[in-house]
Amino acid sequence: MGIRIINDKCVGCTLCVKACPFAAIGMKDRKAVIDLDTCTLCGACVPVCKFEAIELKKEAAAEPAADLSAYKDIWIFAEQRGGKVQSVAFELLTEARKLAEDLKCQVAAVLVGDDNIESEAAQVFSYGADRVYLVTHPELKDYRTAPYTRAVSELMSKYKPEIFLIGASTMGRDLAARLAIRVNAGLTADCTGLSIDPEKKILQQTRPAFGGNIMATIITPNHRPQMATVRPKVFKKINRDVPPGHLSEVIRFKPTINEKDLLVKIVGMIEDESITVNLQEAEIIVSGGRGIADPKHFKLVEDLAEALGGAVGASRATVDAGWISAHHQVGQTGKTVSPKLYVACGISGKIQHLVGMQSSDIIVAINKDPDAPIFKVATYGIVGDLFEIVPAFTRKIKELRG
Amino acid sequence: MDIVVCIKQVPDTTEVKINPETNTLIREGVPSIINPFDENAIEAALKLREAHGGKVTVITMGPPQATEALRKAVAMGVDDVQLISDRAFAGSDTWATSYTLAQAIKSLGKYDLIICGKQAIDGDTAQVGPGIAEWLEIPQVTFAVKIEISEGRARIERLLEEQNEVVEAPLPAMVTVVKQINEPRMPSLKGMMKAKKAEITTKSAADIGADPIKVGLNGSPTRVVKIFTPPAKGGGEMLSGSADEIASALAGKLRELKVI
Repeated sequence: MGIRIINDKCVGCTLCVKACPFAAIGMKDRKAVIDLDTCTLCGACVPVCKFEAIELKKEAAAEPAADLSAYKDIWIFAEQRGGKVQSVAFELLTEARKLAEDLKCQVAAVLVGDDNIESEAAQVFSYGADRVYLVTHPELKDYRTAPYTRAVSELMSKYKPEIFLIGASTMGRDLAARLAIRVNAGLTADCTGLSIDPEKKILQQTRPAFGGNIMATIITPNHRPQMATVRPKVFKKINRDVPPGHLSEVIRFKPTINEKDLLVKIVGMIEDESITVNLQEAEIIVSGGRGIADPKHFKLVEDLAEALGGAVGASRATVDAGWISAHHQVGQTGKTVSPKLYVACGISGKIQHLVGMQSSDIIVAINKDPDAPIFKVATYGIVGDLFEIVPAFTRKIKELRG
Repeated sequence: MDIVVCIKQVPDTTEVKINPETNTLIREGVPSIINPFDENAIEAALKLREAHGGKVTVITMGPPQATEALRKAVAMGVDDVQLISDRAFAGSDTWATSYTLAQAIKSLGKYDLIICGKQAIDGDTAQVGPGIAEWLEIPQVTFAVKIEISEGRARIERLLEEQNEVVEAPLPAMVTVVKQINEPRMPSLKGMMKAKKAEITTKSAADIGADPIKVGLNGSPTRVVKIFTPPAKGGGEMLSGSADEIASALAGKLRELKVI
């Protein structure tokens, strides 16, 4: 195992130096030199070299002998809460259908719950599933890591998916991380782009890293399934009519859940009355920042959110100040969101906030400081007094909506 | 109670800037810090030690320079630190990293609680904590905003999307914590003196009994094939006028785009 520069091929073009995310490549005598103490063998330099002068090798013994062709079809995890399949599952189905065209395979949804969950299957088919694996057990009514991991890993071992997509929600990230180790799969977190390599027919998973400063494309060449969690709202869901005669196959699966899987008990829920719309599922988010100046002014933000039919977000500063609960927080220490419309009111746009919302389709920023970094990512920027502009905009929206 | 905290040294991603001409990362002068969520993990461990007694051990997997992060942990007041470092670990993805840290924890002997930050700010995967729990075959509780221990059980409040969930887990367990759980303490002067002199144990792959084919690049199912800088969004359109004019203009544009 190791990496080396093939000196005969290196022309000293320095492309690899720029591509290295860890500053591990330097130049010496017009040839690239890799500092092996800094290099993490991430492989980012290999494809950028136009002269095939970088060699990254694994030991042959590490290559699994498993028959990858035994794995087929694309699965999605049909996340349900309180017996309702969540929007992210439909987004995954829509994206999985596109990938399935390239792979010429079927799309299956994994629906886990108690016996009542079967009623949700019809909706799952309408967003593009060819098959639903109905995994039921009384202990699977509400999500808990261990019984869900047991149930889904048993299903995976039996039916062997080639690709498994899971929403990057708190539930999805909790489950996927544990599953990947149990079934010995590669897992890429919080993807914002998916495609199929036309030659190798493998999944290319693109995701932000380094606080959103760079994007990385990741593959899982020798392990199956290829697992990824996918950021909610990045892909659009499309409801399609199920054509008559469509297979719509339901496969029932009863997992064996044992005592050891039930050690963690849910003892209660603390509801947050201030949350009316789930931020990560919202199409529109209106957020308030320090520029709101006083907790009572959050009302302006809430009014606009209500008029637009959206959710209320907040910057870290306002949450830390106790103006609003942590469930509203957008950014690195809060939630990552990508709604169709994000309205930032009085948010300066520190990088920690930007990483949580810059993948939104349209960003409107209202701030009195013309140099606020939020304007760098804004589709529409307004330099002005939010106490005038926000209420005027709310009135206008109400007027338009009659 | 024996608590193990897993930390990661990360570049301060908030200090990373993009060179607008070459559209590449500027890495010079970017400081290395303890992953902020891991500082919350250390703080949570110290608080539990204050309440229940016991020992807090901090481990990190990383290159030799990661000792700086461990010294900061000593300065904050932890009892013991260990660097898990070996050339063989290079190229680890979350699968191999969680295996390696689990092996390192096993090599410590007894533990009651493992605490990790919810995710690292450079990779943002949130996969290593649960991975460790799976390798050790112990319960996991992620995104904790409160941890209470009594009679060998942990009562933990989890920060979910719309509400908080309260769960009870037996020990040993692995818990990941969010920023909201606490405010990490500043190192004391005495702590900093201690940190300066601290002898830092380094363990290799062999020391933790790691299987060579499960660590580093060999043990990592995933491969990075491309890294690129996202195209800069570029400044958008600025709207001006009176509040009403702006409101009308904005509503018009959003209508055109079929957002409203």
